[in-house]
Amino acid sequence: MSDHDHGHIEEHIRVYLTVFGALAVLTVLTVAASYLDVSNTEAIFLALAIATVKASLVAGYFMHLITEKQTIIYILCLTFVFFLVCMFIPLITIIDNTAL
Amino acid sequence: MQVPYTVEERPETGLNNSKLGIWVFLASEVMLFGGLFSAYVFLRMAAPAGEFAYWGSKLSVPMATVNTLVLISSSVTVIMSWASLKMKDFEKYKMYMGLTLLCALIFLVIKYFEYTGKFHHGIYPSSSTFMAIYFTLTGLHGLHIIGGMIVMGYFWLPAGNKMWHTEPDHFTNRIEVAGLYWHFVDLVWIFLFPVLYLL
Repeated sequence: MSDHDHGHIEEHIRVYLTVFGALAVLTVLTVAASYLDVSNTEAIFLALAIATVKASLVAGYFMHLITEKQTIIYILCLTFVFFLVCMFIPLITIIDNTAL
Repeated sequence: MQVPYTVEERPETGLNNSKLGIWVFLASEVMLFGGLFSAYVFLRMAAPAGEFAYWGSKLSVPMATVNTLVLISSSVTVIMSWASLKMKDFEKYKMYMGLTLLCALIFLVIKYFEYTGKFHHGIYPSSSTFMAIYFTLTGLHGLHIIGGMIVMGYFWLPAGNKMWHTEPDHFTNRIEVAGLYWHFVDLVWIFLFPVLYLL
Protein backbone atom coordinates (compact mmCIF):
# COMPACT_ATOMS: atom_id res chain seq x y z
CA MET A 1 0.00 0.00 0.00
CA SER A 2 1.37 3.41 -0.92
CA ASP A 3 1.77 6.31 1.51
CA HIS A 4 -1.06 8.02 -0.33
CA ASP A 5 -3.49 5.15 0.47
CA HIS A 6 -2.24 5.07 4.04
CA GLY A 7 -3.04 8.76 4.46
CA HIS A 8 -6.41 8.20 2.82
CA ILE A 9 -7.35 5.54 5.40
CA GLU A 10 -6.14 7.72 8.27
CA GLU A 11 -8.42 10.47 7.02
CA HIS A 12 -11.28 7.93 6.99
CA ILE A 13 -10.50 6.99 10.59
CA ARG A 14 -10.83 10.63 11.68
CA VAL A 15 -14.29 10.70 10.02
CA TYR A 16 -15.30 7.46 11.78
CA LEU A 17 -14.36 8.87 15.18
CA THR A 18 -16.26 12.11 14.50
CA VAL A 19 -19.35 10.12 13.46
CA PHE A 20 -19.00 8.01 16.62
CA GLY A 21 -19.04 11.20 18.72
CA ALA A 22 -22.10 12.47 16.87
CA LEU A 23 -23.93 9.15 17.38
CA ALA A 24 -23.18 9.17 21.11
CA VAL A 25 -24.44 12.75 21.47
CA LEU A 26 -27.59 11.95 19.46
CA THR A 27 -28.27 8.90 21.66
CA VAL A 28 -28.19 11.07 24.80
CA LEU A 29 -30.33 13.63 22.95
CA THR A 30 -32.97 10.98 22.10
CA VAL A 31 -33.28 10.00 25.76
CA ALA A 32 -33.41 13.67 26.86
CA ALA A 33 -36.07 14.45 24.21
CA SER A 34 -38.29 11.66 25.57
CA TYR A 35 -38.61 13.66 28.84
CA LEU A 36 -39.84 16.79 27.06
CA ASP A 37 -43.41 17.80 27.75
CA VAL A 38 -44.73 17.49 24.21
CA SER A 39 -47.71 15.80 22.59
CA ASN A 40 -47.57 12.15 21.56
CA THR A 41 -47.37 13.01 17.86
CA GLU A 42 -44.53 15.47 18.46
CA ALA A 43 -42.65 12.90 20.58
CA ILE A 44 -42.95 10.26 17.83
CA PHE A 45 -41.81 12.73 15.18
CA LEU A 46 -38.85 13.91 17.27
CA ALA A 47 -37.67 10.38 18.20
CA LEU A 48 -37.94 9.11 14.62
CA ALA A 49 -36.22 12.22 13.24
CA ILE A 50 -33.21 11.71 15.54
CA ALA A 51 -33.15 7.97 14.75
CA THR A 52 -33.20 8.76 11.01
CA VAL A 53 -30.24 11.15 11.38
CA LYS A 54 -28.32 8.47 13.33
CA ALA A 55 -29.19 5.78 10.79
CA SER A 56 -28.09 8.06 7.93
CA LEU A 57 -24.73 8.64 9.64
CA VAL A 58 -24.18 4.88 10.06
CA ALA A 59 -25.30 4.05 6.50
CA GLY A 60 -23.50 7.00 4.90
CA TYR A 61 -20.14 6.88 6.66
CA PHE A 62 -19.69 3.46 8.32
CA MET A 63 -21.30 1.58 5.41
CA HIS A 64 -19.71 3.97 2.88
CA LEU A 65 -23.00 4.61 1.07
CA ILE A 66 -22.06 8.19 0.20
CA THR A 67 -19.23 6.93 -2.01
CA GLU A 68 -20.78 3.57 -3.01
CA LYS A 69 -21.43 2.37 -6.57
CA GLN A 70 -24.73 3.14 -8.36
CA THR A 71 -25.73 -0.55 -8.48
CA ILE A 72 -26.07 -0.63 -4.69
CA ILE A 73 -27.88 2.70 -4.57
CA TYR A 74 -30.46 1.39 -7.10
CA ILE A 75 -31.01 -1.78 -5.07
CA LEU A 76 -31.53 0.27 -1.91
CA CYS A 77 -33.88 2.77 -3.59
CA LEU A 78 -36.05 -0.13 -4.73
CA THR A 79 -35.93 -1.64 -1.23
CA PHE A 80 -36.91 1.70 0.29
CA VAL A 81 -40.01 1.91 -1.94
CA PHE A 82 -41.16 -1.53 -0.78
CA PHE A 83 -40.30 -0.64 2.81
CA LEU A 84 -42.55 2.43 2.58
CA VAL A 85 -45.38 0.30 1.15
CA CYS A 86 -44.90 -2.03 4.10
CA MET A 87 -45.10 0.84 6.59
CA PHE A 88 -48.23 2.29 5.01
CA ILE A 89 -50.19 -0.98 5.01
CA PRO A 90 -51.42 -0.38 8.61
CA LEU A 91 -52.99 2.89 7.42
CA ILE A 92 -55.46 0.84 5.39
CA THR A 93 -57.13 0.04 8.72
CA ILE A 94 -58.06 3.74 9.03
CA ILE A 95 -59.92 3.53 5.70
CA ASP A 96 -61.45 0.31 6.99
CA ASN A 97 -62.82 2.02 10.08
CA THR A 98 -64.11 5.08 8.26
CA ALA A 99 -67.74 4.86 7.25
CA LEU A 100 -67.86 5.60 3.56
CA MET B 1 -13.50 -24.52 -7.04
CA GLN B 2 -12.56 -20.84 -7.02
CA VAL B 3 -15.42 -18.40 -6.48
CA PRO B 4 -14.99 -15.65 -9.09
CA TYR B 5 -14.83 -11.89 -8.45
CA THR B 6 -14.14 -12.04 -4.71
CA VAL B 7 -11.50 -9.31 -4.98
CA GLU B 8 -11.62 -7.81 -8.44
CA GLU B 9 -14.73 -5.98 -9.64
CA ARG B 10 -17.16 -7.70 -11.96
CA PRO B 11 -17.44 -5.49 -15.10
CA GLU B 12 -21.28 -5.77 -15.31
CA THR B 13 -21.90 -4.51 -11.77
CA GLY B 14 -18.75 -2.54 -11.00
CA LEU B 15 -18.57 -4.43 -7.69
CA ASN B 16 -17.01 -7.59 -6.36
CA ASN B 17 -19.53 -10.38 -5.84
CA SER B 18 -19.30 -10.40 -2.05
CA LYS B 19 -20.16 -6.70 -1.83
CA LEU B 20 -23.15 -7.10 -4.15
CA GLY B 21 -24.21 -10.27 -2.30
CA ILE B 22 -24.20 -8.70 1.17
CA TRP B 23 -26.19 -5.66 -0.02
CA VAL B 24 -28.87 -7.84 -1.63
CA PHE B 25 -29.00 -9.84 1.60
CA LEU B 26 -29.27 -6.63 3.65
CA ALA B 27 -32.09 -5.45 1.36
CA SER B 28 -33.97 -8.65 2.26
CA GLU B 29 -33.22 -7.95 5.93
CA VAL B 30 -34.73 -4.46 5.59
CA MET B 31 -37.94 -6.13 4.44
CA LEU B 32 -37.82 -8.71 7.26
CA PHE B 33 -37.56 -6.04 9.95
CA GLY B 34 -39.80 -3.71 7.90
CA GLY B 35 -42.60 -6.28 8.10
CA LEU B 36 -42.23 -6.47 11.86
CA PHE B 37 -42.08 -2.68 12.27
CA SER B 38 -45.25 -2.56 10.18
CA ALA B 39 -46.81 -5.09 12.57
CA TYR B 40 -45.77 -2.84 15.47
CA VAL B 41 -47.52 0.17 13.90
CA PHE B 42 -50.58 -1.97 13.19
CA LEU B 43 -50.77 -3.26 16.78
CA ARG B 44 -50.14 0.19 18.26
CA MET B 45 -52.91 1.76 16.16
CA ALA B 46 -55.35 -0.95 17.23
CA ALA B 47 -54.41 -0.86 20.94
CA PRO B 48 -56.42 1.17 23.49
CA ALA B 49 -54.96 4.66 24.06
CA GLY B 50 -51.98 4.61 26.42
CA GLU B 51 -51.65 0.80 26.39
CA PHE B 52 -48.29 0.75 24.55
CA ALA B 53 -46.89 3.64 26.62
CA TYR B 54 -47.95 1.83 29.83
CA TRP B 55 -46.18 -1.43 28.96
CA GLY B 56 -43.23 0.44 27.42
CA SER B 57 -42.69 2.24 30.74
CA LYS B 58 -41.93 -1.17 32.31
CA LEU B 59 -38.74 -1.44 30.21
CA SER B 60 -35.39 -0.19 31.49
CA VAL B 61 -34.31 2.94 29.58
CA PRO B 62 -30.85 3.13 31.29
CA MET B 63 -30.03 -0.47 30.28
CA ALA B 64 -31.15 0.16 26.69
CA THR B 65 -29.21 3.46 26.54
CA VAL B 66 -26.02 1.69 27.65
CA ASN B 67 -26.72 -1.04 25.08
CA THR B 68 -27.14 1.59 22.36
CA LEU B 69 -23.76 3.10 23.23
CA VAL B 70 -22.19 -0.40 23.37
CA LEU B 71 -23.52 -1.24 19.91
CA ILE B 72 -22.41 2.11 18.42
CA SER B 73 -18.94 1.49 19.90
CA SER B 74 -18.86 -1.97 18.30
CA SER B 75 -19.70 -0.38 14.94
CA VAL B 76 -16.63 1.82 15.30
CA THR B 77 -14.36 -1.04 16.41
CA VAL B 78 -15.46 -3.28 13.53
CA ILE B 79 -14.72 -0.56 10.97
CA MET B 80 -11.38 0.10 12.70
CA SER B 81 -10.55 -3.61 12.34
CA TRP B 82 -11.14 -3.29 8.57
CA ALA B 83 -9.13 -0.03 8.40
CA SER B 84 -6.28 -1.78 10.27
CA LEU B 85 -6.19 -4.50 7.60
CA LYS B 86 -6.15 -1.81 4.92
CA MET B 87 -3.06 -0.43 6.65
CA LYS B 88 -1.56 -3.97 6.82
CA ASP B 89 -1.59 -3.98 10.64
CA PHE B 90 -2.79 -7.46 11.54
CA GLU B 91 -2.19 -7.11 15.30
CA LYS B 92 -4.43 -4.04 15.44
CA TYR B 93 -7.06 -5.92 13.44
CA LYS B 94 -7.04 -8.68 16.07
CA MET B 95 -7.40 -6.12 18.85
CA TYR B 96 -10.30 -4.22 17.24
CA MET B 97 -12.13 -7.39 16.20
CA GLY B 98 -11.67 -8.71 19.75
CA LEU B 99 -13.18 -5.47 21.10
CA THR B 100 -16.11 -5.82 18.68
CA LEU B 101 -16.79 -9.32 19.98
CA LEU B 102 -16.52 -8.06 23.56
CA CYS B 103 -19.07 -5.30 22.84
CA ALA B 104 -21.42 -7.86 21.27
CA LEU B 105 -21.07 -10.04 24.37
CA ILE B 106 -21.74 -7.09 26.71
CA PHE B 107 -24.87 -6.27 24.67
CA LEU B 108 -26.15 -9.83 25.05
CA VAL B 109 -25.38 -9.96 28.79
CA ILE B 110 -27.33 -6.70 29.36
CA LYS B 111 -30.17 -8.08 27.22
CA TYR B 112 -30.12 -11.28 29.30
CA PHE B 113 -30.54 -9.26 32.51
CA GLU B 114 -33.35 -7.25 30.88
CA TYR B 115 -35.21 -10.39 29.82
CA THR B 116 -34.78 -12.23 33.14
CA GLY B 117 -35.82 -9.06 35.00
CA LYS B 118 -39.10 -9.11 33.08
CA PHE B 119 -39.62 -12.84 33.70
CA HIS B 120 -39.03 -12.34 37.45
CA HIS B 121 -41.87 -9.81 37.46
CA GLY B 122 -44.12 -12.26 35.64
CA ILE B 123 -43.92 -10.38 32.34
CA TYR B 124 -43.84 -12.66 29.30
CA PRO B 125 -44.57 -12.27 25.56
CA SER B 126 -48.12 -13.41 26.32
CA SER B 127 -48.63 -10.57 28.85
CA SER B 128 -49.70 -7.98 26.25
CA THR B 129 -49.49 -7.20 22.54
CA PHE B 130 -46.72 -4.70 23.34
CA MET B 131 -44.67 -7.36 25.12
CA ALA B 132 -45.33 -9.82 22.27
CA ILE B 133 -43.91 -7.44 19.65
CA TYR B 134 -41.15 -6.30 22.06
CA PHE B 135 -39.87 -9.85 22.58
CA THR B 136 -40.26 -10.67 18.86
CA LEU B 137 -38.33 -7.62 17.65
CA THR B 138 -35.58 -7.68 20.30
CA GLY B 139 -35.37 -11.49 20.12
CA LEU B 140 -34.87 -11.46 16.36
CA HIS B 141 -32.35 -8.64 16.74
CA GLY B 142 -30.56 -10.68 19.44
CA LEU B 143 -30.36 -13.65 17.06
CA HIS B 144 -28.70 -11.33 14.53
CA ILE B 145 -26.15 -10.34 17.18
CA ILE B 146 -25.39 -14.01 17.83
CA GLY B 147 -25.10 -14.71 14.08
CA GLY B 148 -22.67 -11.80 13.68
CA MET B 149 -20.63 -13.01 16.66
CA ILE B 150 -20.28 -16.49 15.13
CA VAL B 151 -18.99 -15.11 11.80
CA MET B 152 -16.71 -12.45 13.34
CA GLY B 153 -15.52 -14.91 16.00
CA TYR B 154 -14.46 -17.28 13.22
CA PHE B 155 -12.53 -14.50 11.46
CA TRP B 156 -10.89 -13.59 14.77
CA LEU B 157 -9.66 -17.13 15.51
CA PRO B 158 -6.50 -18.51 13.83
CA ALA B 159 -8.55 -21.03 11.81
CA GLY B 160 -10.55 -18.22 10.21
CA ASN B 161 -7.85 -15.58 9.79
CA LYS B 162 -5.08 -17.72 8.27
CA MET B 163 -6.31 -16.48 4.88
CA TRP B 164 -4.71 -13.12 5.75
CA HIS B 165 -1.26 -14.66 5.20
CA THR B 166 -2.12 -16.14 1.80
CA GLU B 167 -4.79 -13.84 0.32
CA PRO B 168 -4.80 -10.56 2.28
CA ASP B 169 -7.07 -8.66 -0.12
CA HIS B 170 -9.68 -11.43 -0.09
CA PHE B 171 -9.57 -11.57 3.70
CA THR B 172 -9.91 -7.76 3.98
CA ASN B 173 -13.02 -7.95 1.78
CA ARG B 174 -14.49 -10.63 4.06
CA ILE B 175 -14.04 -8.32 7.06
CA GLU B 176 -15.61 -5.43 5.14
CA VAL B 177 -18.66 -7.56 4.28
CA ALA B 178 -18.98 -8.86 7.85
CA GLY B 179 -18.71 -5.23 9.00
CA LEU B 180 -21.51 -4.14 6.65
CA TYR B 181 -23.77 -6.76 8.23
CA TRP B 182 -22.75 -5.59 11.71
CA HIS B 183 -23.53 -1.95 10.91
CA PHE B 184 -26.97 -3.05 9.73
CA VAL B 185 -27.58 -4.79 13.08
CA ASP B 186 -26.59 -1.51 14.77
CA LEU B 187 -28.89 0.40 12.42
CA VAL B 188 -31.91 -1.76 13.34
CA TRP B 189 -31.22 -1.14 17.04
CA ILE B 190 -31.07 2.63 16.41
CA PHE B 191 -34.79 2.40 15.47
CA LEU B 192 -35.78 -0.29 17.99
CA PHE B 193 -34.47 1.77 20.92
CA PRO B 194 -36.78 4.82 20.62
CA VAL B 195 -39.73 2.87 19.21
CA LEU B 196 -39.84 0.32 22.04
CA TYR B 197 -38.30 2.11 25.01
CA LEU B 198 -39.04 5.81 24.62
CA LEU B 199 -42.41 6.21 22.86
